[in-house]
Amino acid sequence: MEFNVNSPILFIMVGILIAIVLAQSIYFLVKAVKRAKEIGISSETVKKTISSSAVFTIAPAIAVLVGVVALSKSLGVALPWLRLSVIGSITYETVAANNALTAAGLGAGSTITDASMYVTVLWVMTLGIAIGLILVPFVTKKIQGGMNKIGMKDKKWGEIFNNAMFLGMISAFLGYVFCDVSTVFSGDLSGLTPVCVMLVSAVIMAVCGLLATKLKIRWLTDYALPLSLVGGMAAAIPLAEILGYEVIK
Amino acid sequence: MENKKQLTYLESVHRDGKIWGIIICFLILLFPLAVSFIFGAVPQWKPLAQGLFATLPMYWAVGLVEIFTYVPMLGAGGTYLSFVTGNISNLKLPCAVDAMERAGVKATSEEGEIISTISIAVSSIVTTIIIIIGVILIVPLTPILESPVLEPAFDLILPALFGGLAVVFISKNAKLSIAPIMLMLILFIFVPALNKGTVGIMVPVGVLFTVAVARIMYKKGKL
Repeated sequence: MEFNVNSPILFIMVGILIAIVLAQSIYFLVKAVKRAKEIGISSETVKKTISSSAVFTIAPAIAVLVGVVALSKSLGVALPWLRLSVIGSITYETVAANNALTAAGLGAGSTITDASMYVTVLWVMTLGIAIGLILVPFVTKKIQGGMNKIGMKDKKWGEIFNNAMFLGMISAFLGYVFCDVSTVFSGDLSGLTPVCVMLVSAVIMAVCGLLATKLKIRWLTDYALPLSLVGGMAAAIPLAEILGYEVIK
Repeated sequence: MENKKQLTYLESVHRDGKIWGIIICFLILLFPLAVSFIFGAVPQWKPLAQGLFATLPMYWAVGLVEIFTYVPMLGAGGTYLSFVTGNISNLKLPCAVDAMERAGVKATSEEGEIISTISIAVSSIVTTIIIIIGVILIVPLTPILESPVLEPAFDLILPALFGGLAVVFISKNAKLSIAPIMLMLILFIFVPALNKGTVGIMVPVGVLFTVAVARIMYKKGKL
């Protein structure tokens, strides 16, 4: 068959794969909702979890879509569509695709016209991050079993352990926000942009929390995270302009 | 009569997760083979080896550590879904963490397992649908998504996300959060190699460090 990065057959195969992945999510959703009913989690809690998770996801999902658009220039639409719906994160897929393209002597932005080049990039992107996909079905039960023992042995420590994990993750990302602040010492304010964006988001979250408890606006707590996320992203636009922040591609 | 052993919910999640996981893993690895077969094309071996050499060691090492770091936070169902649908640290995990926090459940309890699974499943479904819509409308959407005005908003999504999330967790664990935040600030400010691309490696470091600090403080009765 004649090769083209946007060949219909690629879309059909990718479509089938994505339908299966979607089916897995629906299967586990139905299973968890059923179990929630059995053990007496209120249907209100379940509904709120569903609606706020859906609302929260919109902005990050659009950011993922931006990644699909960016990669589609050299790889066509079908492959980035698959890679970013399944497994990938924007940072990984871009790096993997560029690694393969540069290895073949192609620039990061040039379109692939040759099937064997396409297959090469496809293999690099697929295998480069396959470890989670291969190992997770076999090791998850063991890891989780060990974790649950911690919670059962000492309840209070189990709870602290739980919070410590989340705090550890959050602290890494807070550190990242400050990674360029040293530019300030050379008179360049651009490194402060992520810090200011984070502060805007934090203030919105704090205000939402205060309003929700003081004025008893319940729905506000459910949508506080998406609000602070979108508020922070919106603030990034003028902040980048004022502080001279430039997006590195 | 069949005398089937009654599985607990968690056991059945592991059984189903394993089956789905193996099928999907197989299909994803089959895809490049199918493309090769359909177009009668063989990979170019030298670029393939170079590309894999540049990508695989780092991402397999990070991926391995990520499994151990994320499984306890995501729960069983959440893990089986997240490691297939990806975007864990920038989407699935914050989504699940926020959902569990608001529902007042712990990740290690069955309630936490259920809320996390629901949240991640919904997030995966919504992401998939948004990307499908985006792919269908890619021609009219491209100029909007790539407009220079919106560029900083998408580029700075992580600070916008973690600012809000940090307020929730730091306000509830103020004492415990001091040490890890100090460590990460020092590392990220003074080590030039740490940036957006390498933050993923620092997540397990942050988690292990914070758990260790928590253990010491707990043993000394400070928590």
